[in-house]
Amino acid sequence: MKLLVCISKSPDTTSKISFTEGNSKFDENGVQYIVNPYDEWYALVRALELKEAGGGTVTICTVGSVADDSVIRKALAIGADAAVRIDAEPTDAYYTAMQIAEYAKANEFDLVLTGKETINYNGSQVGGMLAEALDVPFISLASKLDVNGSTATVETEIAGGVQVCEVSIPAVISCAKGMAEQRIPNMRGIMAARTKPLTVVAPADIQALTSFENYDLPPAKAACKMIDPENMDELVSLLHNEAKVI
Amino acid sequence: MSTLVYINSSNGIGKAALEVVSYAKKLGNDVVVVANGNADEASLASLGEYGASKVMVDRSVEGDSQQVTRMIASAAEATGASTVIFSHDLTAKSVAPRLSVRMKAGLVSGAVAVPEGNTVKVNVFSGKAFGHVKINTDKKIISLLPNSIQPEGGGSACSVEDFASNAGDSSIKVLETKKPEGEIPLPEAELVVSAGRGLKGPENWGMVEELASELGAATACSRPVADIGWRPHHEHVGQTGVAIRPNLYIAAGISGAIQHLAGVNGSKVIVVVNTDAEAPFFKAADYGIVGDAFEVLPRLTEAVKKFKSSN
Ligand SMILES: Cc1cc2nc3c(=O)[nH]c(=O)nc-3n(C[C@H](O)[C@H](O)[C@H](O)COP(=O)(O)OP(=O)(O)OC[C@H]3O[C@@H](n4cnc5c(N)ncnc54)[C@H](O)[C@@H]3O)c2cc1C
Repeated sequence: MKLLVCISKSPDTTSKISFTEGNSKFDENGVQYIVNPYDEWYALVRALELKEAGGGTVTICTVGSVADDSVIRKALAIGADAAVRIDAEPTDAYYTAMQIAEYAKANEFDLVLTGKETINYNGSQVGGMLAEALDVPFISLASKLDVNGSTATVETEIAGGVQVCEVSIPAVISCAKGMAEQRIPNMRGIMAARTKPLTVVAPADIQALTSFENYDLPPAKAACKMIDPENMDELVSLLHNEAKVI
Repeated sequence: MSTLVYINSSNGIGKAALEVVSYAKKLGNDVVVVANGNADEASLASLGEYGASKVMVDRSVEGDSQQVTRMIASAAEATGASTVIFSHDLTAKSVAPRLSVRMKAGLVSGAVAVPEGNTVKVNVFSGKAFGHVKINTDKKIISLLPNSIQPEGGGSACSVEDFASNAGDSSIKVLETKKPEGEIPLPEAELVVSAGRGLKGPENWGMVEELASELGAATACSRPVADIGWRPHHEHVGQTGVAIRPNLYIAAGISGAIQHLAGVNGSKVIVVVNTDAEAPFFKAADYGIVGDAFEVLPRLTEAVKKFKSSN
């Protein structure tokens, strides 16, 4: 089976979020980039498990610049066979998805996996866009995935519960918690990653549909009001009369 | 010109549906709803009270994103709508991106406010910041975060029409659906009671559930609690779990790590119960209680009972 896993970089979860250039750009100063946790913990690891069980190849794909190669190597260290970087700034989800779609069309994958969203833009957009461009089924927020021949069985979150369904492949699936356990790369993986193929592909001519104009931070919280642990009547009365939430 | 609102009515018409219709109304154009699912005619018609002029319903369409995408695209064509509004729920996450490609319409997901011109305010960095996204296409799709605006009723019921959307067959075969009864879906909940590793073990969650049921709240938890299997994964909130923005978030025995805060700091009011006065969560809280959750939670449940019986 030929598996493609879409990887995005995201700032380390402890990063301080701030902006520069008149609040129009994310301030990368001192920020460590990691593989977006959903892409790594769930999509990539499940792809590797499927390959280990049934054979095949796992290729990772990212749209980004040469600065992202270190993040790609991290994902290769976890076990992917090869990487493709489409050499462009991922300006919006549409632009990113259409770039990956061009590559995926030319290379015919059985399954394309993405994380459920990135932790920086939280759009949940790339997977669905890719599926539409490839004209294949899309299942979002999958928590379990198995493949048997040309059928994938997927458990996915629905409003207020879960659903188990069957879909024929090729398909695009976005991965959420439950799919796999996080893998920590070992020394051998890290060494091997250095020599695994990382192909750089020129971008297709695509226009983004949206653009981030600027950012702002939520207003600072007022000081916390401390309440006597013996006096929960006071808390209830504050929640009712002052905060007006109950 | 009209604005099209998509509603999946298979679980009835919830608050999120009223929010998106009210939101669409604020855009100024005629509001048409396109729905699938099996909500009855009267509840669909009641969307008129929030600003819809008409509801088009195709009950033959199920949850498959390809079918729903085709249904909405054909409704957009039939009504000449240039803007489509979703509630940013699980269906929207699978359908809105497809529709964006199909209609070549710029998509903004996670909107928290009404657009200013072509620019929409969204939640980014898992709630740590807001972004202002400009849509550069004539056709637009906006997916609104639940609990971002108040539904505004007051109008009158509207007509409900059957709509044959020719959405085609589903490529997805549903084998099984598991829905725990009576639970409030976390992303839509207005009140949430959450607990962390400070509760010591799954056997102690009774006091969390009792408080939640007394308040009519949903329950949530921190990541380690879901990872160890004390609580189901869908209750895990935070940067790598569900992001929520309820009116009230009560956190007991949760330290308030940055990754946890990222998923809950959009809450209007935060109450923190922790034995450690130095716990970082107090910095993000509106009301703090330095105390043992094992004593404070039952006491709070009693106080809520008392309040309810005297009001
Ligand atoms: C990449 C990454 C992503 C992450 N994503 C998330 C995420 O999405 N969500 C998330 O929650 N975490 C996430 N984490 C984990 C996060 O860093 C914290 O480890 C986690 O939130 C801690 O959970 P906790 O507060 O329940 O447990 P602890 O940190 O162990 O805190 C327990 C708290 O309970 C208090 N306590 C103990 N006994 C009592 C008592 N009897 N009464 C009252 N209080 C008591 C203690 O003082 C302490 O503050 C992530 C971490 C990483 C590295």
